[in-house]
Amino acid sequence: MTLLSVDIRKKAYGNGCCAIENLVFSAQPGEFVAIVGPSGAGKTTLLNLISDLDQDMEGSVTFHSAQARQVKPRIGFLFQEPRLMPWLTVQQNLALVRHAQSRLHQDRSLQDWLALVGLQGCGDLFPGQLSGGMQRRVALLRAFIVDPELLLMDEPFQSLDAPTANQLRLLLQDLWQATSPTVLFVTHSLREALSLADRVLFLSPQPSRVILNVPVDLKHPRAIDDVAVQHLHDALLQQHPLLLGGSVSPIQASI
Amino acid sequence: MVRFLFASMQSALNIGARFAKGRWARILPLLLLVCIWQVTASILESKTLPLPSSVLLVLWQELYTGDLLFHLGMTLRRVAISFAAAMLLGVAIGMLMGWSKTWDRLLDTFLILALNIPALVTIILCYIWFGLSETAAVIAVTLNKIPMVAISLREGARAVDKNLLQVAKIYRLSRRETFFKVYLPQLTPYLFGSARNGLAIIWKIVLVVELLGRSNGVGFQISSYFHFFDMTGILAYTLAFALVIFSIEALIFRPLEAHMNRWRT
Repeated sequence: MTLLSVDIRKKAYGNGCCAIENLVFSAQPGEFVAIVGPSGAGKTTLLNLISDLDQDMEGSVTFHSAQARQVKPRIGFLFQEPRLMPWLTVQQNLALVRHAQSRLHQDRSLQDWLALVGLQGCGDLFPGQLSGGMQRRVALLRAFIVDPELLLMDEPFQSLDAPTANQLRLLLQDLWQATSPTVLFVTHSLREALSLADRVLFLSPQPSRVILNVPVDLKHPRAIDDVAVQHLHDALLQQHPLLLGGSVSPIQASI
Repeated sequence: MVRFLFASMQSALNIGARFAKGRWARILPLLLLVCIWQVTASILESKTLPLPSSVLLVLWQELYTGDLLFHLGMTLRRVAISFAAAMLLGVAIGMLMGWSKTWDRLLDTFLILALNIPALVTIILCYIWFGLSETAAVIAVTLNKIPMVAISLREGARAVDKNLLQVAKIYRLSRRETFFKVYLPQLTPYLFGSARNGLAIIWKIVLVVELLGRSNGVGFQISSYFHFFDMTGILAYTLAFALVIFSIEALIFRPLEAHMNRWRT
């Protein structure tokens, strides 16, 4: 059974520019899918359409939630910025979204969750008192604390230094393996995509569509500098030298 | 010698910096003002500028007889009612205009008109339409303040971070939670700005309203003293009211603002 089916025939911006055309893919429950595309390919727009933040499109985004067909699943969203409420403490930020999901199984206390991501003792601090990496941890925790069936991630680690980003990628894999949500992870880094995902979808430049679908059959957890990841990365680029620019040779798209 | 001078200057600057951070930085200018007043009044010996001590004496006498508390109470009552009404309506209108472009366009002309009508005209019109009553006085003051609050809050509502509202939508926060936990905290600086500014403007307008058409209140008393050309009485009531406003600022606004803004530190 698929959790998510995306079939976007057309998405145009207000200025008439066509961002997405005939973009079709699906994702299984618990699957980690990375979406790689050149800058401006409409990756963020795609996540906004899936999450319903943007509804202006031709086509459909269909969910087959574990609870009932066509019921929108619980969604966690990690944006490019942490987007924590700066006037609420870490604990209040987490409690705010947790409280909204009252039907959730709340077997773990907030303190346990904080300890899980190495933020014990930070519950009473405001986001402005945390480092960039710690803020991302809180945002990551906020996304997982609602027990999401679908987790959308929009280049969440892009502005972090390499060691912090690596730590967070490992943390993400731990949390994902423990809770098994379906993940759509948008990135422009092929290495990052290969180090995290079960499957990588490559998008063309605007109007965006899926041009290549690559399964990644490597064991989790992976690090970005793993030899296997590096081999896969090099092999892909050898086969499709212009892949990161949004084109494959010869053109193929298997979904 | 040069080194000594440099060291002296530096220590003087340090003392100055420490002083500026302390409570004295607020009190000393006031004391200085009183000293200048005392000296000028002593030199001039004019009826138009009584000595501070004479003003304090009248203040004490008025307090003792109960007149001061009565008139101050009446004025504060009008200030409180008008302030609450103006803030409530102004905040609602401002938020509505910041949230909806249609409402913004519909109300903008009225807002500009209301903002530019002199307070005196509104007061006279209200007295003519509603009679020389308490209701007319409060309506006149409220109408004068609403546009200022609305404009400030409209700017605040326009500046609300849409990204945070997206977070509220994604995590399915209720409307109540979205309003109180996500939307309203972003308007706090605008609310405080309006409240502070509002209080300052409202009490000035209340005094005019009382002067024109009420038989009690600080404005009425100042008007009475004016007829007898009694500067000491005028200054005594002005001082009393200034003290009340200082107290409101020190006991309510500052602590509340510090509490609301503790996340910024």
